[in-house]
Amino acid sequence: MARRADQLGLHSAMADRLIPMLVGAMSFLAVLAIAGVIAAAALAAQWQGDTGAALTVQVPDANAPAASGAGDRKGAVLGVLAATPGVTGPKALSDAELDRLLKPWLGEDAQNLALPVPAVITASWSGAGSIASLRAALDEAAPGTLAETGARWAARVAALTASLKTSAAAILVIVALVASAVIAIATHAGLAQRRETIAIIHGLGALDSDIAGRFALRATLLAGFGAIIGAGLAVPVLLWLARLAAPFAGVLPQTGAPSLPPLLWAVLPAIPIAAALIGWVTTQFTVRGWLRGLA
Amino acid sequence: MVRFEDVWLKYRRAGEASLVRLTGAGSANAAPPDVVSGVSFEIPDGGFRWLIGASGAGKTSVLKLIYLAERPIRGDIDILGTRVGKLDRRELALLRRRIGVVYQDFRLLPHLSAYDNVALPMRLARRPEAQIKADVTELLRWVGLSEKHQSRPYELSGGEQQRIAIARAVIGRPKLLVADEPTGNLDDEQAERLMLLITALNRLGTTVVVATHNLGLVARYPAPHLEIAGGRLVADG
Ligand SMILES: Nc1ncnc2c1ncn2[C@@H]1O[C@H](COP(=O)(O)OP(=O)(O)OP(=O)(O)O)[C@@H](O)[C@H]1O
Ligand SMILES: [Mg+2]
Repeated sequence: MARRADQLGLHSAMADRLIPMLVGAMSFLAVLAIAGVIAAAALAAQWQGDTGAALTVQVPDANAPAASGAGDRKGAVLGVLAATPGVTGPKALSDAELDRLLKPWLGEDAQNLALPVPAVITASWSGAGSIASLRAALDEAAPGTLAETGARWAARVAALTASLKTSAAAILVIVALVASAVIAIATHAGLAQRRETIAIIHGLGALDSDIAGRFALRATLLAGFGAIIGAGLAVPVLLWLARLAAPFAGVLPQTGAPSLPPLLWAVLPAIPIAAALIGWVTTQFTVRGWLRGLA
Repeated sequence: MVRFEDVWLKYRRAGEASLVRLTGAGSANAAPPDVVSGVSFEIPDGGFRWLIGASGAGKTSVLKLIYLAERPIRGDIDILGTRVGKLDRRELALLRRRIGVVYQDFRLLPHLSAYDNVALPMRLARRPEAQIKADVTELLRWVGLSEKHQSRPYELSGGEQQRIAIARAVIGRPKLLVADEPTGNLDDEQAERLMLLITALNRLGTTVVVATHNLGLVARYPAPHLEIAGGRLVADG
């Protein structure tokens, strides 16, 4: 193929540094954008799983008699929770656990401050029933009881993830457009430099597809090569970021070498393929458009 | 067969479209002149025509219309039995492959050897390399440049370049051969050899049009002429 291209004298017709370098830089950015979305999505999924399903109930005056008169308020609340479909594993925090929870806020010996500390019960919430009717039932059993789920937080994280996804999509579009523009400019320069040669070959009966094909082959190889280098260089950077982010994200193993989500490894090879495709399509359009200037 | 019916040609000026938009119609830019004005003629299959006329008369312009490098602004052209105006780009390219052209300025590819320049039409037609080798070697011997097959055009004299251009024009066994001043850089002996080749091809059925100023040559090879003056056909026969 290269030999044939050389016979038409189009071999060196395109700058062989500009395209790989700029397409490489664009690919680097594309990988970072995609990695950001994957990390955000993983984080959101985890929040939706853990936090969204968490139900926290606070019972003030936990040891006072219940409204029904049988047992204390905490017992009454536990009874309601046990009887509510969708709530599993209700568990009252022990004093020691509560101390540990409050210590950062209240200091040592929270109990000694004689503050009226409510009892705290945690449970899993499947989201099947309505939180409003659960609240009503709890309030009847022990007025003043508060119930909170993590759904609100999970929704906020989901919104954040969605906006990150939109930004990443915008970045990918811009990066693709810039890559395409760079390739179009390089192709135009190559065409101008080879104007006479192309006119002669055209006059001898070369098809537009012959000429466009030769330019496109070269652009495809240069863009693909640049993208492999650019995407490859992004990997160590991402590993470094993963190491920084691991303690927060929790999605990555916290011991041993940092690693990247499998989805990212799967997406990585798509970058050079996309770059090569952009190279091919852009060059075909550019060269065929230019050839229309010839009779 | 080559047929022109009331053919007109005007060259577009470079950047004309944008100029017109900037300055508006009817401004200082006069419309470009017609270089071919209402030309009609017919050359039958296997015919031979001299195309003569003073410098700047429009000979090259008429040839460009024949070898499909320009399209007329008006009129109909039939080349090898095909109405040119109806062809799409691909069909035009395929028709060009059946026309051999010797350009006035040779138009060789400077970075290719003499051999590769001559081989170009066969390579575009994707002929097998063995056949290309046989045909190119034979033709280079015929034009007397076997020894120089590896030379680049800039290493060759004007006459040698012209012979390469002629070899390239005939290697595809064209049905129509168009030559623009093909003897311009040749000595008398080379010019005679070239005319022998052209007349031999013509006897084998190739339609031939040769533009020249060289009236001595025209006298030695009597054939019908088309005479151009100021873009108009002033004599046919
Ligand atoms: N590409 C072009 N753009 C604009 N005008 C052109 C172009 N080529 C030729 N002309 C003009 O068209 C006219 C005819 O030129 P043409 O080359 O056809 O003449 P010719 O008969 O071949 O002359 P010569 O014998 O000197 O080769 C000339 O006035 C020339 O200036
Ligand atoms: Mg001329």
